[in-house]
Amino acid sequence: MEWETVIGLEVHAQLKTRSKIFSGAPTAYGAAANTQANVVDAALPGVLPVLNGEAVRMAARLGLAIGATVHKRSVFARKNYFYPDLPKGYQISQYEHPIVERGQLTITTASGEKIIGITRAHLEEDAGKSLHEDMGGFTGIDLNRAGTPLLEIVSEPDMRSAAEAVAYLKTLHTLVRYLEICDGNMQEGSFRCDANVSVRPLGETRLGTRAELKNINSFRFVERAIEYEVRRQIALLSSGGQVRQETRLYDSVRDETRSMRSKEEANDYRYFPDPDLPTLLLTEAFLAEVKDAMPELPDAKRRRFGAQYGLSLYDAGVLTASRELAQYYEEAVMAAGGEPKLVANWVAGELAARLNEEGLDIVSAKVTAQALAGLVRRVADGTVSGKMAKDVFEAMWAGEGDADAIIAARGLRQISDDSAIEEVVKQVIAANPKQLAQYQAGEEKVFTFFVGQTMKASRGKANPAKVNEILKRLLTP
Amino acid sequence: MTLTITKIAEDLAAGRCSSREIVDDLLARIKAHSALNAFISMDEDAARQGAEDADRMRRAGGGVLAGVPIAHKDIFCTSGVKTTCGSRMLADFVPPYDATVVEKMRAAGCVMVGKTNMDEFAMGSSNETSFFGPVRNPWDPDRVPGGSSGGSAAAVAARLVPGATGTDTGGSIRQPAAFCGITGLKPSYGRVSRYGLVAFASSLDQAGPLAQSAADCAHLLSAMAGFDARDATSLDVPVPDYAASLGKDLKGLRIGIVKEHFAQGVEPAILEVLREALREYERQGAVLVDVSLPNSAHAVPCYYVLAPAEASSNLARYDGVRYGFRAAEYKDLEDMYKKTRSEGFGPEVKRRIMIGTYALSAGYYDAYYVKALKLRRLIADDFARAFERCDVLAGPASPSTAFALGAKNTDPVSMYLNDIFTIPVNLAGLPALSMPAGFVGGLPVGMQLIGRYLDEAHLLNVAHRFQEATDWHARVPAGI
Repeated sequence: MEWETVIGLEVHAQLKTRSKIFSGAPTAYGAAANTQANVVDAALPGVLPVLNGEAVRMAARLGLAIGATVHKRSVFARKNYFYPDLPKGYQISQYEHPIVERGQLTITTASGEKIIGITRAHLEEDAGKSLHEDMGGFTGIDLNRAGTPLLEIVSEPDMRSAAEAVAYLKTLHTLVRYLEICDGNMQEGSFRCDANVSVRPLGETRLGTRAELKNINSFRFVERAIEYEVRRQIALLSSGGQVRQETRLYDSVRDETRSMRSKEEANDYRYFPDPDLPTLLLTEAFLAEVKDAMPELPDAKRRRFGAQYGLSLYDAGVLTASRELAQYYEEAVMAAGGEPKLVANWVAGELAARLNEEGLDIVSAKVTAQALAGLVRRVADGTVSGKMAKDVFEAMWAGEGDADAIIAARGLRQISDDSAIEEVVKQVIAANPKQLAQYQAGEEKVFTFFVGQTMKASRGKANPAKVNEILKRLLTP
Repeated sequence: MTLTITKIAEDLAAGRCSSREIVDDLLARIKAHSALNAFISMDEDAARQGAEDADRMRRAGGGVLAGVPIAHKDIFCTSGVKTTCGSRMLADFVPPYDATVVEKMRAAGCVMVGKTNMDEFAMGSSNETSFFGPVRNPWDPDRVPGGSSGGSAAAVAARLVPGATGTDTGGSIRQPAAFCGITGLKPSYGRVSRYGLVAFASSLDQAGPLAQSAADCAHLLSAMAGFDARDATSLDVPVPDYAASLGKDLKGLRIGIVKEHFAQGVEPAILEVLREALREYERQGAVLVDVSLPNSAHAVPCYYVLAPAEASSNLARYDGVRYGFRAAEYKDLEDMYKKTRSEGFGPEVKRRIMIGTYALSAGYYDAYYVKALKLRRLIADDFARAFERCDVLAGPASPSTAFALGAKNTDPVSMYLNDIFTIPVNLAGLPALSMPAGFVGGLPVGMQLIGRYLDEAHLLNVAHRFQEATDWHARVPAGI
């Protein structure tokens, strides 16, 4: 039997506000335990939540960016359950009336573009963390994360493969960083994903029983967890078994999913509107303000790059993967006075490779956009060869100065003067009579030998195009 | 000694005595009347120090309340001073911060002499659910003072303090004020900040003053009220000078008589007292108008869905993890939760947590919680309609006078029905007060006056004019 995979994703994006969603405590990551939690976060008796307006602005930003309805009226609700890292015994979330509903995101995979529906996005607070290591057999509670604002973004079950799920996640990841509402750091848990996975016989329209996969904190693990889970469910159904509705934890070390709790064991969260927080009302003016402050979105930028700079949509996609990278590229093109394709090759090629090698982000690139443009100009005007330019780039990366200074200091200026190159070529030919004879006897591959010898004799500085042209002329009897 | 806040303020202003002298005197009185069990904790040194600070403050100008001693219900967090909420759960809890009410009253110069006894987590109408034992009614030590602000009411009635704070979720200021023969005001919801007030039912809780007179309550309310950025439900509207708005005559005042409040279920002698009180209003030029609050008949069941539902969630934080009581021995996390909460909460609190948890459960939410919310709206609409025909509503604060200790302990429903006239007001978010209107069998009778939303100034004036013409509020229990 042929099976179809159905996937819906729930993403928790940590919003980049300076303070928490319902308290004034700071949200910085990595501080000493419990130093970023105040009496509100610790849920002392009598304390009250006060909504952080910045979190609301960020949620509205996402809502407008995905073409969703941003509700002028939304309600905070309490999700009640007991856990040591949940100080109030309830999480403040949105339930029946979320701030954002009905949006969509366009993803691109090998099979083309596809629209994925987004059911809703709602604001909520994060819980603290339970610490089990180095606690001498006790469990420690760190409330630094408690109350950090989250935007939970829930997709429709519109994805049909792990690849589509990853594409959706990456598109959303790029978007939230463009919108500057989330830093997207998956290691630190700023962008977390749960996947609802089910399978059904191809052609069936009803959904199969789903499993919810938790704890998948990288794009690669999302793909692997889903693939594992799909195999597991198909094997189960093919052998006459049934999928249980349950929550499963992905174990990246063993690359498998394991049952965490079944539907029957699930909590009754007893949601009800939080009486400490008035209904959230947004004005037309507020929404207009959010709209006016909206940056160019990734998809629009990619299409513009394609049209404006004559790039393939693939290259445009690479260069617009982050707002900072796109900005770097555009600054470099501007500084180079054109040459968009050459700049694109350098940014997506040498620069990207170097950043990747050193695990650096574009904003910490050791060659600025202006400096790279200086190099590109020298390649474009023939001052250095493409090969030489790579050495110049390395030297620039190492901090030896700008392109012109390095070219001058190292004497890398390309020799493009015909008579000078002719002189060298003549010497090379004279020194290699045997190869000359071979070439003239029709062994054309000996030509590359002469190119090599000429470049060597000029210490790489001869303009390769000119070398070719002159060699051809002088080798021909 | 039966000094009122107004009189103390005059004496202090005239330099006839110092706050320190008054506080010393009151601390001695509190000791002498310790059998009332009105206080849970005292901080005598801090009180004396506070009085001296206030005396300096007054010499430097100071406000009307500078140097006036007060007590806070032990539901308000007080920085560095134990705040128990009448529960074993918080028996040793010392907050690191002040409630906004505490902060504001200190800023106004009030001197806190101690924290008053109360029903556990404000759940009760007799002060008998307190982990620290019941408070006795100064008018009859075998009777309850009412609850949950029983300690505050008894302390004011016994003249241990001239004023105290309380909180009122379903009648917890007005019913004890009625039982103890004093004046207690529950302001409009949102008028006074709830920050630092240990939550019982967030959508109903409201802090207010208890004192000997409406005039004294006016002074205290001016200090307590106002917007607080730390409470998203507090109202950002100006606070009038309540004391300055007293004194207007009542000619043409339309007093609504709620027909359902003058019906069966109320002791006939209480109704007779109230009718006599209303005649005083008529003498002052007020007119009586018959009104009806038909949906208020459902207020008690509605309240006993909503308040426990909110409480079940509000009290989830008492889990033994971060502060407060934790069971001595347990096997694992779940066992720790169970034992901590079983041993830390008393029976009434547990009952309400269970009722509330049930009402919010999947499958029951619509039948109970959502239905109760709809009822709440209908009850509020009744009030809005009534206020189209009158300016203030008058009636009994409680269907009975103070009952005997232990009389209703075994029957929660009869205890709940004690709040039948006060609960609808909380559901509607309106301001209301109870003031002494006479006596039945030697026990005070409280008259409830209910006002329009945010109309505390008017309400206080209506009470004040009555108190200018009568002396029920000035009566002192025998032996006090």
